[in-house]
Amino acid sequence: MTVLDELYEAVLEGDFDLTPGLTRRGLDAGFDPQTLIDDVMIPAMAEAGRRFEDDVYFVPELLSSGRAITAGLDILRPLFAAGGARRVGRVVIGTVQGDLHDIGKNLVAVMLEGAGFEVIDLGTNVSPAEVVAAIREHRPQLVGLSALLTTTMLSMPSIIEAISSAGLRDDVRVLVGGAPMNEARAKEFGADAFAANANAAVRAALELVGAGPGR
Amino acid sequence: MAANLIRELLARGPVLTDGAWGTQMLARGLPPGQFPDLWNLSHPDRVEAVGRSYVDAGSEIILTNTFQANRFALRDAARDVVAINRAGAQISRRAAGERVKVFGSIGPTNTMLVSGDVDKDELRAAFNEQATALAGGGVDAIVIETMSDLNEAVLAVEAARVTGLPVVACMTFDSGRNKDRTMTGVSPAQAAEGLAAAGADVIGANCGVGVDSAAPICAALAGATDLPVWIKANAGLPELVGREVVYRMTPAEYAGHVETLLAAGADFVGGCCGTTAEFIAAMARIIR
Repeated sequence: MTVLDELYEAVLEGDFDLTPGLTRRGLDAGFDPQTLIDDVMIPAMAEAGRRFEDDVYFVPELLSSGRAITAGLDILRPLFAAGGARRVGRVVIGTVQGDLHDIGKNLVAVMLEGAGFEVIDLGTNVSPAEVVAAIREHRPQLVGLSALLTTTMLSMPSIIEAISSAGLRDDVRVLVGGAPMNEARAKEFGADAFAANANAAVRAALELVGAGPGR
Repeated sequence: MAANLIRELLARGPVLTDGAWGTQMLARGLPPGQFPDLWNLSHPDRVEAVGRSYVDAGSEIILTNTFQANRFALRDAARDVVAINRAGAQISRRAAGERVKVFGSIGPTNTMLVSGDVDKDELRAAFNEQATALAGGGVDAIVIETMSDLNEAVLAVEAARVTGLPVVACMTFDSGRNKDRTMTGVSPAQAAEGLAAAGADVIGANCGVGVDSAAPICAALAGATDLPVWIKANAGLPELVGREVVYRMTPAEYAGHVETLLAAGADFVGGCCGTTAEFIAAMARIIR
């Protein structure tokens, strides 16, 4: 097995203790950071996503694969800062006001990062004003909003309205998700897209920023 | 001793539990996003009114308003965790009167063991703290509800058993293609096996999808265990009308599923999100 195969397996199996070392070995073997991400980490995460759609993987397995990819990215990030690596876009993400649930949002954040996004995570219980301020500060292409509860999903339209009132609605695309959400509600709330799970969120995010579907 | 209360309750046939608390507190003025559990200290009268509405409707068991009252889920309010649980037990005790039993509610910590953010000892300590406070407040049994992770549910069962009270252990099956797995992938059969091995006296399913989808899950649980089965389903799936969250299912429609649930092996039936005292009253007419 080559080091690339080992890294692929480690991400897919969620062995987050192994991915930093394997990422370093990949670099030592002469592979550039973008190759490790595009040809190994993202395909491994995509396979984890396929297993999720097939009821082979569930949230814990996806979370472990997400952690594994993040641990590898931690090794590569300083190299991006030095220039030369492609970023597909910047996203501001958070769980909406009144809602303290972050398992789904964290998973989406990790997977977006694995797919090449720069992720600004505002945490939970995020107010409309905080989202507007973050858009002004970070100039993202994408805003991701999560809500677990039927009652708290109603904060989503408030946030989207605040973005509009601030005159920023044309600058960002809004992606929403969470247990009580669906396509129709996303449309009703004024979002650009809905994703039913973390895997779908990555696909939708790539489409929204014009980077095309992930591999 | 623990199993005696359960046997005694089931001696006269299926047992009617209660309906939702969280959505009932919202209807009584709880601001969205605030922990209902905090009302045990600030608005005990309104919490007691919810419990009393279920007693009046015919519940033989009511729960406590302590679903999120563990030190992890309460976050900033964690310093009051013992007081909130004790008060919750005492409030339901007052609402229950002589006849009705009080089962103390324990929900998930909203942490994930697999993430490494918490370890088993920390979760065990949190569940111990809550179960002990509920027992101190005078509950008759403990109900562990809405669990997704079998490891966390098992820790909760083990911690609750330390009180010597009967333990009901329920998970929420709302994931996977057929919506018959928990968020972490646990099937009803796996849940039944794991929770029984941990020492639960009753196993079950609560929340998740609507009551119309609960029968297959109930049958799978019942088929995998000799223990009694506890089912509290939602009043269908909520719809959004303007900015209002509405459960469109009527009490009569919900009660219409009760026979099916009993045939599928349910021993304890009640309701979860979206159900009210009217639902319990409608179910009481079917059961008796």
